[in-house]
Amino acid sequence: MSVPPFERFYEAQQGPVLAQLRSMLGRDAADDAFQETFLRALRAYPTLEHGRYLRAWALQIARNVALDALRRTRVTSADVPDLESVDEPLPYEEVRRLTAGLPEKERAAVFLRYGYDLSYEDIGAALGSSPEAARQAASSGVRRLRKKELS
Amino acid sequence: MTVSPELDQRFRDAAAAEGLLDVAYELHDTPVGELLVAVTERGVCEIHYDADPDAEAERLARLFGTRVLRSPRPTDEVRRQLDEYFAGERQEFELPIDLGPAREFGRAVLEQLARVPYGELTTYGTLAERAGRPRAARAVGTIMNRNPVPIVLPCHRVVGSTGSLVGYAGGLDRKRTLLELEGALLGG
Repeated sequence: MSVPPFERFYEAQQGPVLAQLRSMLGRDAADDAFQETFLRALRAYPTLEHGRYLRAWALQIARNVALDALRRTRVTSADVPDLESVDEPLPYEEVRRLTAGLPEKERAAVFLRYGYDLSYEDIGAALGSSPEAARQAASSGVRRLRKKELS
Repeated sequence: MTVSPELDQRFRDAAAAEGLLDVAYELHDTPVGELLVAVTERGVCEIHYDADPDAEAERLARLFGTRVLRSPRPTDEVRRQLDEYFAGERQEFELPIDLGPAREFGRAVLEQLARVPYGELTTYGTLAERAGRPRAARAVGTIMNRNPVPIVLPCHRVVGSTGSLVGYAGGLDRKRTLLELEGALLGG
């Protein structure tokens, strides 16, 4: 699947990105983060090699922008609620190494769930399947990894 | 979730202001219908009649790079000059043009085309001759048909050797309208 013109990417991802930013930052800060998210996406866009998982990619950038904003706020303000509930995802490299032997769909689901910390709804959207199918792919991937670990 | 028009506009402006776009485009109303106007950092790269914006974005992405975004501000100058032209206040466009990966003969023909003055007609054969291939009138017809920046590069001023209008990518009615505007045809 080739990389679409940025216009199409932006049209398709602006809604989900804004929703994620608002859930992490609240309404006002989300507006600034929205612009920063898509500027970062534009800078990185020429490095994309294919057009798969663009939803997950956009949401991961949004998450990074939101985490940066929260870190800045944490330094400058003492009364920001719920900061401790924002956890870092596992380092990509570790998840990448762990999931190397899985079938592609399971690998993508596990990777997006545990490497990118996306919801099953977002993973389903990224993989073109239902949230339930995404959850099943991730859990059968995890079962497979456990078996591998035991053997 | 719906993005407000203000937020949307802010991003489109910022993307252009930061120089991050391969192509910026906007749709523009004119007396000959809605035009899609596209520019790169090097100049105007496309003017298209009756454009399907999705299809054009795909095409522009293949030619100039994937960072294609609807962003009005970089196209302001082109659209201003088009407005002046249609108001009869401008005879020559003062715009840099980006022909992209046009081939050698095509480029030579378009360069000759740029020199055909306002309100004057020339023929496919004459252009072929000026571009160094006198027998290539038919190829010139094809190049006119694919002219990436009609109006600014005036392919509407090119007619058959008998004076017939022959053809126009935007349709013969528009060719006639442009020539009447320039006073090259009397009443059609």
